[in-house]
Amino acid sequence: MSGPLLTVDDLRVTFPTRTGEVQAVRGVSFTLGRERLGIVGESGSGKSQTGRAIMGLTPGHAKITASKLEFDGIDLLRVTPKQRRNLRGKRIGMILQDPKYSLNPVMTIGKQIIETLLAHEKLSRSQARNRALEMLEAVQIRDPERVFGLYPNEVSGGMGQRVMIAMMLICGPEMLIADEPTSALDVTVQLDVLSILDKLVAERGMGLVFISHDLRLVSSFCDRVIVMYAGRIVEELPSADLAQAKHPYTQGLLNCLPTIGTDRHPLPVLERKAEWLA
Amino acid sequence: MKMGKMTDRTALSVRDMVVTFDEYVALDKVSVDVATGESFGIVGESGSGKSTLLRAVAGLNRFEEGTLTVDGRNYKSHGRTKEFYRTVQMVFQDPYGSLHPRQTVDRLLLEPLVIHGFDNIDARIARALDEVGLGAGFRFRYSHQLSGGQRQRIAIARALILEPKILLLDEPTSALDASIQAEILNLLEQARKDRNLTFVMVSHDLGVISHMCERVAVMKNGQIVETVPVEALEKRAFSADYTRQLLVASEGFRRG
Ligand SMILES: Nc1ncnc2c1ncn2[C@@H]1O[C@H](COP(=O)(O)OP(=O)(O)OP(=O)(O)O)[C@@H](O)[C@H]1O
Ligand SMILES: Nc1ncnc2c1ncn2[C@@H]1O[C@H](COP(=O)(O)OP(=O)(O)OP(=O)(O)O)[C@@H](O)[C@H]1O
Ligand SMILES: [Mg+2]
Ligand SMILES: [Mg+2]
Repeated sequence: MSGPLLTVDDLRVTFPTRTGEVQAVRGVSFTLGRERLGIVGESGSGKSQTGRAIMGLTPGHAKITASKLEFDGIDLLRVTPKQRRNLRGKRIGMILQDPKYSLNPVMTIGKQIIETLLAHEKLSRSQARNRALEMLEAVQIRDPERVFGLYPNEVSGGMGQRVMIAMMLICGPEMLIADEPTSALDVTVQLDVLSILDKLVAERGMGLVFISHDLRLVSSFCDRVIVMYAGRIVEELPSADLAQAKHPYTQGLLNCLPTIGTDRHPLPVLERKAEWLA
Repeated sequence: MKMGKMTDRTALSVRDMVVTFDEYVALDKVSVDVATGESFGIVGESGSGKSTLLRAVAGLNRFEEGTLTVDGRNYKSHGRTKEFYRTVQMVFQDPYGSLHPRQTVDRLLLEPLVIHGFDNIDARIARALDEVGLGAGFRFRYSHQLSGGQRQRIAIARALILEPKILLLDEPTSALDASIQAEILNLLEQARKDRNLTFVMVSHDLGVISHMCERVAVMKNGQIVETVPVEALEKRAFSADYTRQLLVASEGFRRG
């Protein structure tokens, strides 16, 4: 493969609000190959809005500009709605941060998975049902048969996230943007889910953008990490070099985690400097 | 020694609680006693019933069997008085579902204050926002205009603003980056110290649990399999396999 899968150059997303403009993303640039790229950053720093802009899921009233926003040679700022629909789900997938609310509330989990399956593959109903159950099992859902028949509001937080991941497995996209896909999962299940994503990258050559606020997790899982602060990238580094992070925000993050066996009350907090906004 | 407090005054007592959804038993005779001023942690695998337990206490799920005593009063499976919500507030795992998307932050914080007849409303809202690290600029935003972590912080502000005695916290910081998490945890600790609050806190982060709590219960398949002082986490003095797995897994991802 020549060239990157995704090129983002000087991406900006701005919202008009009652109290003035909110510049959610202020000039973000990066490229993605068939690799695991982590995006970490402060709450509200523009991680989700970056992912949504790539997916074409920015709310209509917002303003998006970029000098380049390209997926496999396709200009994402100029695609027609039809091209967009074809890309979405088939070639590019996104796991949204609010998994339960991206599912259809009035359709059972099983039915939704089957519909997604049938849109991608020619299968009989019973084959599709078996495959759906397998998918739920693959993401470590304990009793797939029961969960199959539940509505989204009847599953736990962690189950909702895994259902979304199961749907993505079916679609088998070339690029996946996963927005906090494991934040509601306990660590044991989290690791299983990461192994699944890891396999998709290693075996199918998928490009993965892994958005998370969890620096420790991202650095142990991704190849490269981008650190965002207030709508900008303040640092980009190979995961292995995290300990050598230069930006005070990144350094500070590592220091304020509570850990077992340390007794620091109150926890150290970051002193945010005005110049970080520059 | 901390458990001795329980005889002084119990904030929350759950006895043999059973919750079922159709045939499925989500809580299977769960008993918990939390002393006034104690911070009690709950961990356990996804789907083990942690949220169901908090929701049943808050009157959002029915319970089929068992008893519930909160701040000296007995409560039935359903129906909670205004007084109950003055005493007990809950922060939900899911900030998307718990905040009405078409309401401004101001409205979301104002409503509970008005319902419970508070004074100095304006100052209380401003302070609550400030405490969770969201400035005045967020006050007239709609909740759908906020990021995930910002919503979670509004949910925390809304629970604290009523100055309850007992806080039920369901993964309160799992959507937050470490820096904001540290600020929120400090805020919660300070509030607990100042007002002798009682916490029941669900988290899958053992670091957070050991930092915030005195005891921790481990849940599995709708049951509490063990309850230990948090020091046991450090000393690895616990018996449930699941607790051990959690500890190992909390060290990060290993390829292989
Ligand atoms: N519809 C909107 N109108 C106005 N501002 C918005 C809107 N949607 C998002 N924002 C703002 O854009 C900024 C970036 O939001 P984004 O959701 O990308 O943050 P994030 O980095 O994903 O944070 P988190 O870790 O908390 O999810 C935030 O300050 C948010 O308040
Ligand atoms: N309304 C409902 N209808 C049917 N089943 C339900 C309902 N609410 C919860 N359950 C089931 O009860 C079980 C426990 O769910 P609960 O939300 O308490 O789990 P949890 O321990 O909080 O998990 P997580 O860590 O993933 O949030 C799950 O199997 C869930 O599917
Ligand atoms: Mg986000
Ligand atoms: Mg839960």
